[in-house]
Amino acid sequence: MDLQIALLLGQDGIVNGAVYGLMALALVLVFSVTRVIFIPQGEFVAFGALSMAVLQAGRVPATLWLLLALAAMVLVVEFWRWKRGAVVDWASALAWCVVLPLAAAALVLLLKPTSMAGQALATLLLIMPLGPLLYRLAYRPLASANVLMLLIVSVALHGVLVGLGLLFFGAEGYRTTAFSEERFDIGGIPVGGQSLVVVGVTLLLVIAMFLFFGRSMIGKALRATAINRVGARLSGIPTELSGDLSFALAALIGAVSGLLIAPLTTVYYDTGFLIGLKGFVAAIVGGLASYPLALAGALLVGQLEAFASFWASPFKEVLVFTLIIPVLWWRSLHSHHVEDEE
Amino acid sequence: MNNTPSSTTATAAAAPAGRALATPRQLTLACVAALALAWGFLPEFTVSVLSNIGLYALVAAGLVMLTGVGGMTSFGQAAFVGMGAYATAWICTSPMAAAWLGGAVGPALLPWAGLALGLAFTFALAWALGAVTLKLQGHYLPLCTIAWGLSLYYLLGNMDFLGGQTGITGVPPLVIAGYSLATPRALGVVIWAVLLLALWAMHNLLDSREGRAIRALKGGRLMAESMGVDTARHRVKLFVLAALLAAVSGWLYAHLQRFVNPTPFNLNIGIELLFMAVVGGAGHLWGAVLGAALITLLKEKLQDVLPSLLGSSGNFEVIVFGLLMLFVLQRFADGLWPTLARIASRWVRPHAPAASPTAPAVQLAHRNLPARGEVLLQATKVSKRFGGLVANNDISMTLKAGEIHALIGPNGAGKSTFFNMVSGVDDPSAGEVRLAGQSMTARPSRVFAALGLGRTFQHVRLLGQRSVAENVALGAHLRARRGWLAAMLRLDRAEEAALMAEARRQIERCGLGAHADTPAASLSLGQQRVVEIARALAGQPSVLLLDEPAAGLRHLEKRALSVLLDQLRAEGLGILVVEHDMEFVMNLADRITVLEFGTVIATGTPAEVQANPRVLEAYLGGADDELLEDAR
Repeated sequence: MDLQIALLLGQDGIVNGAVYGLMALALVLVFSVTRVIFIPQGEFVAFGALSMAVLQAGRVPATLWLLLALAAMVLVVEFWRWKRGAVVDWASALAWCVVLPLAAAALVLLLKPTSMAGQALATLLLIMPLGPLLYRLAYRPLASANVLMLLIVSVALHGVLVGLGLLFFGAEGYRTTAFSEERFDIGGIPVGGQSLVVVGVTLLLVIAMFLFFGRSMIGKALRATAINRVGARLSGIPTELSGDLSFALAALIGAVSGLLIAPLTTVYYDTGFLIGLKGFVAAIVGGLASYPLALAGALLVGQLEAFASFWASPFKEVLVFTLIIPVLWWRSLHSHHVEDEE
Repeated sequence: MNNTPSSTTATAAAAPAGRALATPRQLTLACVAALALAWGFLPEFTVSVLSNIGLYALVAAGLVMLTGVGGMTSFGQAAFVGMGAYATAWICTSPMAAAWLGGAVGPALLPWAGLALGLAFTFALAWALGAVTLKLQGHYLPLCTIAWGLSLYYLLGNMDFLGGQTGITGVPPLVIAGYSLATPRALGVVIWAVLLLALWAMHNLLDSREGRAIRALKGGRLMAESMGVDTARHRVKLFVLAALLAAVSGWLYAHLQRFVNPTPFNLNIGIELLFMAVVGGAGHLWGAVLGAALITLLKEKLQDVLPSLLGSSGNFEVIVFGLLMLFVLQRFADGLWPTLARIASRWVRPHAPAASPTAPAVQLAHRNLPARGEVLLQATKVSKRFGGLVANNDISMTLKAGEIHALIGPNGAGKSTFFNMVSGVDDPSAGEVRLAGQSMTARPSRVFAALGLGRTFQHVRLLGQRSVAENVALGAHLRARRGWLAAMLRLDRAEEAALMAEARRQIERCGLGAHADTPAASLSLGQQRVVEIARALAGQPSVLLLDEPAAGLRHLEKRALSVLLDQLRAEGLGILVVEHDMEFVMNLADRITVLEFGTVIATGTPAEVQANPRVLEAYLGGADDELLEDAR
């Protein structure tokens, strides 16, 4: 291996690491706010990428029908809860179940965007509401269950979504048009424009999240919920709001990641799972709690994967996933007395 | 949460006894006998499906132990099945393996060498995975198993000597005593025999001292540790046990299918196996069989129906399984077995309660109580800081044998923090805690228990669904020795009888004799507190730490508690009690230590403390000088 190859691999690692970093951010966000270990995070990536591909092919992605069906189901559930005397926040329910899905449907079916930006917007509109809708259907009825139970729910949901992915998009993979076809030459190393887009958008999203959590009232409310769930509820932050928002953000981040990687790699209906899991390995570096450590972990995972694909290509996935073992060992050195679980 | 009739608890007694036909044991034996009789006449296809169900149920039973009983979970069991299968397939077919063994093992014995290798590998790997995650919170182990389940799949598919994606063909059939088990009908007998034996062994394990310790893992490790249970060790052992069951299933699978490839050991199958355990009823061993049967049959049907329904072929049953799983988790969190058992309870007579306690043949470990007046527990200048907050500041106190020492103070005075440090839940930032003459720095709470410290909790920590007697017997964990194997093989019965007799003696003594067989959760909060005291006493402690024992007790119950504590003091126990009920404390305690803002503001007899102006000020808050004058 010479320096040239090392730099190329390093560049690959950074691009992949950026996407894993986004995954890790979403996973940490969802886990800290709702205690849900969100295994289906990767499915948003696949759904996003594949919906974009179908839109570019000039067809209607089946995710639209999934979105409309889930929205209808949530509406029925909310109505049923309201009938039984539960307090239902109709404003948010209508926003997630009616306004956003209808906007997505209008965009996809009536406007039929042909520009890249329009198609990307349509994809984001299709995927983002899936987060809160799935939260309300799958997790909210079990909000008081323990982490383990919620994890099993996540795995079940992952199964459903992967199966639906196969049904919607078939077994063959897709690649989308790149956002940028430019090629640069930085210090003798060719750099693809799409790679720069990936890193740039990731940085933008990280900064946006940083501002959102640091400055905005809603972001602070989410942080408060993450630190102390009961305390946050007592000071008037509804559990539903935090659940909806964290899942919406997770879905949005997933869809953006899907748009970013689809031009770089062929995406299959089950590609998202592996991407999401690599995000998990990164998030675990930060103990599922620290955003900066999770990002650092993502870069580590990206680099390991890039270099492993050069030296031991067949064992690339094995190496990445077994990284979790030294990481957990390292983390367990830092914990002393028995932690009692929630 | 309902107890099933199959568990020997008193709730089942509520079932109408009129139409009862059989005890659960008789029913089980009848079903097994029926299956055995019918086995020779069943069609080939049914036998093959039943064999598969048996293989899955064996793995699912391990998951029941892990998930429903121990409160852990694994998505990677299919990978352990794969290890068991590949180990024997490799040993039986590879020339390299044959060269290794150098002809020392005849061809008929090769599968057994394969079994040994599979078990050894599985043991090592499961132990390593468990050991890495055991100090962390419970969700890291399942995450670890997802990563491991994926890794093994890729490994198997990429290792040339294991045949890559094509796998290994030509695995020989099992031969036992010269009889070849080549057909599913022959091997199926072995599969079901192994399954039933495993279920019997695990049923026995759960009904023992170690079984109670395993159940305690789920009810919060803090409590289990305080009873002297090494929770980390038990967690790893349980995980290894489940993995070994999976490996045995894999070994049988390889000799049933006679070839192996990576596909059946993928993560998807690991997830399916967990679905079996959860859908069947993750807390019940027979739930594993029910779940395995349901999911296997459903899968057969779905693979026929779905592709024609959806118009394309693919792994679509996962959609239905996932939805089924979501539905079960939201509506039947305990799985389908408890529901089935409830329906069947009209016809099933509860198992007869254990024989009356005769003089047990085995003596439990006995502790000689220290001489009256000897210092048992000593805290020297103990401080605890949480960041900038000083919760405890230079607290020194002693507890002597034969005295009741009360720790009082307003809310937020640091009583609970101090309590945690003298019971090994937390380490002091500075200072030293000594118990029975030993420095306890950085020792876990189970060592405190081993040195004779028994405790209760401010927020009651009992296993609500288990009977009071079982809860109390957990307190005597350290006074008995028999381990997992002895329990599985029922070699622990004499000791178990002694443990249960001791538990009943303590329950009787604490005045709850009438409730010994009731599930703990059905008692009132006050009674549950008393159960915690009985549990602590079952460990025959010399030091008793009671965290607000009188809270929630009615007047007469308080009086009974006073009498009990008085009696224990007379026997020579040292009792440290945190309590808010002043009347209770003042009448009972020999000495009182008063905390405020993490600092000791007074120590002395009840009379001295009552007259202390700082104490009055702390309790009455900024009292006027006149009031203080009056008090003086």
